[in-house]
Amino acid sequence: MSREVRVNPIACDGSGLCAELLPERISLDDWGYPIVDGTPLTPELLEHAERAVAACPTMALLLAKSARGSPAKAA
Amino acid sequence: MSALAWPDAAALPRLFAGLPRDGSQLGLDRHLSLHGPQPSAAGLIELLEASGLTGRGGAGFPAGRKLAAVRSARRRPVVVANGAEGEPVSFKDKALLRRAPHLVLDGAALAAAAVGAREAFVTVDRRAREELESVSYALEERRARRLDKGVRLRLVPVPPGFVTGEETALVSVLNGGAAKPAFTPPRPYERGVGGAPTLVQNVETLAHVALIARLGPDWFRAAGTADEPGSALFTVSGAVHRPGVYEAALGTPFPALLAQAGGVRGEASALLVGGYFGSWVDARHVEGLSLLGSDLATVGASLGAGAVVVLPRAACGLDQAARVARYLADESAGQCGPCVHGLAALAGALEGLVRGGPDTRGRTVRWLEQIHGRGACRHPDGAVRFVRSSLEVFADEVELHLHGRCSGRRGEFLPTGRVA
Repeated sequence: MSREVRVNPIACDGSGLCAELLPERISLDDWGYPIVDGTPLTPELLEHAERAVAACPTMALLLAKSARGSPAKAA
Repeated sequence: MSALAWPDAAALPRLFAGLPRDGSQLGLDRHLSLHGPQPSAAGLIELLEASGLTGRGGAGFPAGRKLAAVRSARRRPVVVANGAEGEPVSFKDKALLRRAPHLVLDGAALAAAAVGAREAFVTVDRRAREELESVSYALEERRARRLDKGVRLRLVPVPPGFVTGEETALVSVLNGGAAKPAFTPPRPYERGVGGAPTLVQNVETLAHVALIARLGPDWFRAAGTADEPGSALFTVSGAVHRPGVYEAALGTPFPALLAQAGGVRGEASALLVGGYFGSWVDARHVEGLSLLGSDLATVGASLGAGAVVVLPRAACGLDQAARVARYLADESAGQCGPCVHGLAALAGALEGLVRGGPDTRGRTVRWLEQIHGRGACRHPDGAVRFVRSSLEVFADEVELHLHGRCSGRRGEFLPTGRVA
């Protein structure tokens, strides 16, 4: 089962840690809030994603079952 | 004669049929003699699916499918009739609650019976005094007649506000919380009022349900088109001779709706279609359009909850857009960063353009991209849609302002629903 990162925008207070820990999927908008790329996580990224989820001070970052199916085969 | 018979099936009005001329409500006796006795809810979901009825609150989700999802839940569900109508340019739900409350209550009771609910909450803006009185009187009439067996209908006044009618915000109010949207999933149909699966349905949608249960899907489809069947209520305001709420079949030519409202007063520059989450349509394009989502999509608009505002050429469209953008920013529930900061930034950007610059359009377009889809609810998306449409349709006006000029007058024309 593939996974993706999701953000709960109500819980998020824009610490920006997630974008540092998972720049492959998360960038910040002009106000410092995360813009999440919901592309399924490749196996290599999963560990980084888990670290970003654990680091979020407001527990706003989630790992969710991917709505878009399996990721393309990792290179 | 009881119900509308087949040869006149396409006749309108439907929801507004038989209303007393003095503006009062259609009482229970007249309601029952005009539309027929309260029907059974047996097979209702299948009838609704066959009818093609979609939600009339703005999102347009198929009504039958929504009921089916709630019915299939494991717990006993709850029904919520959504009459919050926080949109400042929409009055159609209020008109329906005031004039034909029994259609809404029939629909709520039928929907409850169809999904197996024993309780239905009828939510109305607590400032809407006449509508609250009308519904409360109608409920007394029904109790005296012992209608709605097995379902308890309850009137619940809810706080005013643009986002109150958002499904999860309404559920929050009914759970004793603030009128603020929730992070989903779970959606209300999975877990809503008191944790029970909850059917939230706009009051106009429920009124159509009351008629479909009596007259069937073929009758419903006799008005409208195959893809967008039935009729809908439209609030027409702004520069028309008779602003008000009008019922029209989907597929009706746009000019025919404006004619119902007495026609355009003076010269129009643009029409705001779909309310404050809607889009502007250049007045020159309206001639060839019909009241259909598919038609409006060709000019980037949609019907939403059927609110249409005619902007007179004398009013500066950019100024109006800035005012509405500021209103939408102020009406943010204040929970999500991109909505709180983004909508305030968009309003500030439009206000800056009204004042003549500097030219911040590039940055504003980047913000539109950044903000869309980033809230727990669709409030920021609606605001983005409105601002994007404003920049497109009033592009010439923006140029004028950047050269220190303005083609019209400034000042509040589009209402912002504020009560002192």
